[in-house]
Amino acid sequence: MPEGKYCNKKPIETEEELKELLGDTGGKKYYEEMKALDVDSELLWKTIGNTLKSRTKTWLEICAHCGMCADSCFLYLINDRDPKQVPAYKIQSTLGEIVKRKGKVDNEFMHMVMETAWAKCTCCNRCGMYCPHGIDMGVMFGYLRGLCYQQGFVPWELKIGAGMHRIYRAQMDVTNEEFVETFKWMVEEYEEDYPGLEVSVDKEGADILYTVNAREVKHYPEDLAEAAILFHLAGENWTVPSSGWEQTSLSMFAGDWAACKMQVESVYSAMERLKPKRMVGTECGHAHRATVIEGPYWAGRSNGKPPVESIHYVEWLAEALREGKLKVDPAKRIKKKVTLQDSCNYIRNNGLKEITREIMSYIVEPGYFIEMTPNKEHNFCCGGGGGFNGIGIFRPQRNKALITKRDQLINSGAELVISPCHNCWDAIRDLEDEYKIGIKWSFLKPLLVSMVEIPEHLKPKE
Amino acid sequence: MYKFLTGPMFWLSLCICLIGMIVRFVLYFKGLSWQLDRVAYKAYPVQGFKGAMNSILKWLIPFGTYGWRKQPFMTVIFFGFHTGAILVPLFLPAHNLFLKEKIGISLITLNPVFADILTWSVIVSAFFLILRRISLPEVRILTTAYDYFILLLSMAPFITGLIARYEIGSYSFWLTAHILCGEALLIAIPFTKRSHIVLFFASRAQLGMDYAIKRGGMKGKGMAW
Repeated sequence: MPEGKYCNKKPIETEEELKELLGDTGGKKYYEEMKALDVDSELLWKTIGNTLKSRTKTWLEICAHCGMCADSCFLYLINDRDPKQVPAYKIQSTLGEIVKRKGKVDNEFMHMVMETAWAKCTCCNRCGMYCPHGIDMGVMFGYLRGLCYQQGFVPWELKIGAGMHRIYRAQMDVTNEEFVETFKWMVEEYEEDYPGLEVSVDKEGADILYTVNAREVKHYPEDLAEAAILFHLAGENWTVPSSGWEQTSLSMFAGDWAACKMQVESVYSAMERLKPKRMVGTECGHAHRATVIEGPYWAGRSNGKPPVESIHYVEWLAEALREGKLKVDPAKRIKKKVTLQDSCNYIRNNGLKEITREIMSYIVEPGYFIEMTPNKEHNFCCGGGGGFNGIGIFRPQRNKALITKRDQLINSGAELVISPCHNCWDAIRDLEDEYKIGIKWSFLKPLLVSMVEIPEHLKPKE
Repeated sequence: MYKFLTGPMFWLSLCICLIGMIVRFVLYFKGLSWQLDRVAYKAYPVQGFKGAMNSILKWLIPFGTYGWRKQPFMTVIFFGFHTGAILVPLFLPAHNLFLKEKIGISLITLNPVFADILTWSVIVSAFFLILRRISLPEVRILTTAYDYFILLLSMAPFITGLIARYEIGSYSFWLTAHILCGEALLIAIPFTKRSHIVLFFASRAQLGMDYAIKRGGMKGKGMAW
């Protein structure tokens, strides 16, 4: 059977198609159909011809097969040093093989490729730092995911995720109206505690345009209130856009490049429409990667930058603390052993290692902050990156992958881990659920709300 | 035979090697695409250049990177192999005598004892590189017959050269074999994995630019390789 009803090469284009696929609980029929899905070798080879150029071609060619990447990969280490988990092997046996066979691969092969691309690599890019030739296998796996997506060999949840971006311009079925209503409602909830607290929507020329992760709107609306409170206390002139508020991109995890472009352009058009001085994104790693680091390229921006300066939440927070816009009550600083989860997407891949540690210096009582080993740009993936967290059929592999972070946390001796990244946050929640090590985890916002001083003029009147 | 190998064949292999390396190097950079690679190479030439240099230089220093420090044994045999493999062909006194005779110039030359040590270091290191391929499962799984071919091709001029140098058996036979192997190696450089002689620098430069321009190089202290 060439194309299934649920599993096919066609991206989701209507709400009905999306709902139908969502209705196939757990992707049961989807994966059943995938077993019969044909590979369009001609298209595959043509795409490779058009997109696999100098850099990737050379990477595949000059790999010395030295195996120095092995130890850099947490999935290799945690899977009892299985040679099949060596990054170079994983990419050579998938992308390398497709190229060698000029795209003439079969269904069974593509199933193996799909599992390798989503369950044996989180695109954390750590291996690239350990390869003498500078071969970044995470980048190649990102590329390979695109080929898989085009051929219809993509995990069910990610086909849906990419579809969500295509239909709602959000990773979940959250409409623009729901976003604005939820934000306003959450702000109202806290008005009494913080007189004057408000959220302005679509204000032109604000200092800050704030963008979020749709999960916050759907599942963690407190996060929106906390963001509003901290901007309010810092005296910021900020706004949210009524459309183009979603910073994440499950389409990036899925390899649906057309959807990536649609998504990021919705945010950029909000920037162009509202002309803020800067955009600040929420505490999410891949959202920052998608909108600020990769997004400009999907949108065809040759300077590699979004239309306005765009920063991660940690950059704004460090600045607000540094400049005294937010003041931490010294008595309320964290006085228990605390560590920090370095998100691959903005630490290794956006150089924010010092900024996050600067924040620690303001909010943790001296002597209580402990580094994980390894850390900063050499830190290991949380275990659930690159979409791994959300893929049902690869849950056992994901749970095993969490052991790396579990052991890093145990060895640090910390009671609390601060995780300014949704993906890492989820992975740590899941590892606690799975392995019960007694770790507490938190975003920065709730911690800050509990410890910042409220300026006299902003205090509620008794 | 000797005349042919040191005459037309010498020129031919040298030209193929040099032109081939230049072509590969130029084609690599011409083939980079800011949109496909998602790196704005041209928008930030200064930062890109600095990142490229940093990425190359750090990896040229033994134990200079996290990667090297993580694998001390590999680092020793890697540099043991490559130092000799680069220095001996270029700076061996005998090679420079030949060069002087051919083109009238010669480079600085190595002390003969040091040249011997370097040559032995190439052979011993290569032996361990092979042993590593056989004994470590994570390297064995990657290794193909082609990898051994490339290694043997690279070792052949050193082995034949040493035999000739110690005058074991027929000197003229081993000298001819040495020249033949050396020229085969020169010709193979642009067309095989040996192209890494130039593409190592190209590929490292690319990742260096990627990190410097796009992945945080303009924020904080930059990349700790």
